[in-house]
Amino acid sequence: MSWWHTTKRISRYGLIGFVRNGFVSLAAVLIMTITLFVVAVLMVGSAALTTTLEQLTQKVDVNVYFITTAPEERVLEVERSLENLPEVASVTYTSREEAIANFRERHKNDQLTLQALDELEENPLGASLAVQAYDTSQYESIARFLEDAPVVGEGEDRIIEKVNFFQNKAAIDRLTNIINTARTIGFATALILGIASILIAFNTIRLAIYTSRDEISVMKLVGASPWYVRGPFVVAGILYGVASGAFVLIVLYPIMLWLGGPSEAFFGSFNTFEYYVSTFPLLFLVVMGVGVLLGALSSYLAVRRYLKQ
Amino acid sequence: MIYFENVTKIYNGGSPAVEDITLAIEPSEFVSIVGHSGSGKTTLLKMLFAEIFPTSGAVLFESRNVAELLPQELITLRRNIGTVFQDFRLIQSKNVYENIAFAMEAAGRLDEDIQADVPHVLDLVDLSDKMWSFPRELSGGEQQRVAIARAIVNQPEVLIADEPTGNLDPINTHEVVQILRKVNDLGTTVLLTTHNKGVVDFVGKRVITLDKGRIIRDDPSGKYTL
Repeated sequence: MSWWHTTKRISRYGLIGFVRNGFVSLAAVLIMTITLFVVAVLMVGSAALTTTLEQLTQKVDVNVYFITTAPEERVLEVERSLENLPEVASVTYTSREEAIANFRERHKNDQLTLQALDELEENPLGASLAVQAYDTSQYESIARFLEDAPVVGEGEDRIIEKVNFFQNKAAIDRLTNIINTARTIGFATALILGIASILIAFNTIRLAIYTSRDEISVMKLVGASPWYVRGPFVVAGILYGVASGAFVLIVLYPIMLWLGGPSEAFFGSFNTFEYYVSTFPLLFLVVMGVGVLLGALSSYLAVRRYLKQ
Repeated sequence: MIYFENVTKIYNGGSPAVEDITLAIEPSEFVSIVGHSGSGKTTLLKMLFAEIFPTSGAVLFESRNVAELLPQELITLRRNIGTVFQDFRLIQSKNVYENIAFAMEAAGRLDEDIQADVPHVLDLVDLSDKMWSFPRELSGGEQQRVAIARAIVNQPEVLIADEPTGNLDPINTHEVVQILRKVNDLGTTVLLTTHNKGVVDFVGKRVITLDKGRIIRDDPSGKYTL
C-alpha cells in the first residue's frame, strides 16, 4: 500500500469525521474561532500600540542651541559627530537665518514682538540642532556627550549655549516610563490572553476526541497502526483550524472597516482597516498557521493518550 | 498454533484472574470456553491478542511469545486475529461498509479488494441490504453479524468471540453460532466464550471449563457442564 493511498484514506476519513460529527466539530470550530479571533485582535492591537508608541517617541527630541557667534562649520562639525553616535536616529540643522525666519513666522500676529525684533541690529538667535534618538532613554547619554565632546569646545571657546534635555529631563523620563510600562503591559496581556485561549481550544479538541475514545480502542483492536488511527483525527483538527481561521478572517473585514475611522481618530495615524488590508498576507498566515498548528497538535496529543492505553 | 504455558494473571495485586493455565489449541479447532462470571474466560482471550499481558508464564502464537512482540509485530498479530465481543464494538461514526472496510484498510488492502470483499462478507452474514446503515440503525443481532463480518474479512487465522451471544435473543443467537461454525468450516480457528449451554451443546466441539481461574475440565467434544 503506497504512502499516497494511505494519506488519501486518512484525509477522507478526517473529512468524513469532521462532517459526520457535526455538533462536536461545530463546538470545536466555535471555540477555535474565539481563540484565533483573540490572536488576530492581539496582532492588530499590538500594531496599534507599537505605532502609537513610535509616534510618541518621534515627538520627543533634544535641541542643542549654539551661541550666535558660533561658526557654521563648527556647528556642522557637531552635527556630523552627533550623526556618528549609534543611538542617534536623526539630526536636523536649523541655521541662524532659518531660526529667525521661523521665529517671525510663529509671531506674525504679534506686532509688538516683531517690532522689538526689528529694533535689534543683529539676529539674536543662534543656530540649533534638533536631535532624535532611537529610544527616549538614550537622550541622557547624548546630552552627556554634548557636555564633554571636544568638538563643542571648552571655556571661552565653547559654542553651545544650551541643551534643552536638562530642562525636559523629567518629562522625557516620565514618557520613557510610560512607553516601557505600556509595552510590558501590552506584552503580558497578549501572552496571558494568547495562552488562555490556546488552552481552551486545546481542551475543547481533547473533549471532542474523548467522545471517540471507544472508537480508538476498536481501531487498535482491528490492527490499525498508530498513525492510521491518529491520522483522521489530526486531519479533522486541521479542518477545525482552517474553518475557524477562514471564519475569523472574514468576520474581521467588516469589524476592521467599521473601526477604521474611530481608530485613526484615537491612535493618530493608525487605521485598523488599512492595517488589515496591507498586512492581510501576514494576518492570513498567522491566523491560519496558528489554527492549523493548534488543531493538529491538540488532536495529535489527545489521541496519543488513548493510543497508549 | 496457540499455546498457553503456565499462564497466571493477577490484576493489581489481588487474587489471580487465571492461574497456572497450560493448554494448546490446534489450527482449525473450534474451542468453547465456559465458566461462571469471573472464572477468567475473558482474561484468557485478552492475553492472546495482547490487550493485557500475563503476570507469569507465556502466551505463544505460532511459536512467538505475544508479550515480547514489537509494536509492528503486535499490529500484524491483531490483523491475524479477528475479535467479536458481547458489546459489538463497532465504530459508531462509520456505516456498515466503512466498519468492515476499515479493518481491510488498516491491513493495507487495496481499494479493489475492499470493494470486492466487503459485499461478499456481508452476503455471508446475510446483511447485504444493510451495507449503508449506521450501527445505531441496526438491531443487536445485526450489529453482531457486522462485527463478525469485520472480524473475518481479512481471513484471520483465529477468530475470538467473547460472549458474542450475550446480548442476543435465541433466534439471533442461533444465527450467530451458525455463522461461527461456517467460519470454522472454512478453516479458521474459533475460540468462543459463552454462558449459553444451548450454544455449546449445539456446536458440539472441544469445551474447556474454567473455575476460579483454573482449568477444571477439557473435553475434546464435550457438552456444557459446570
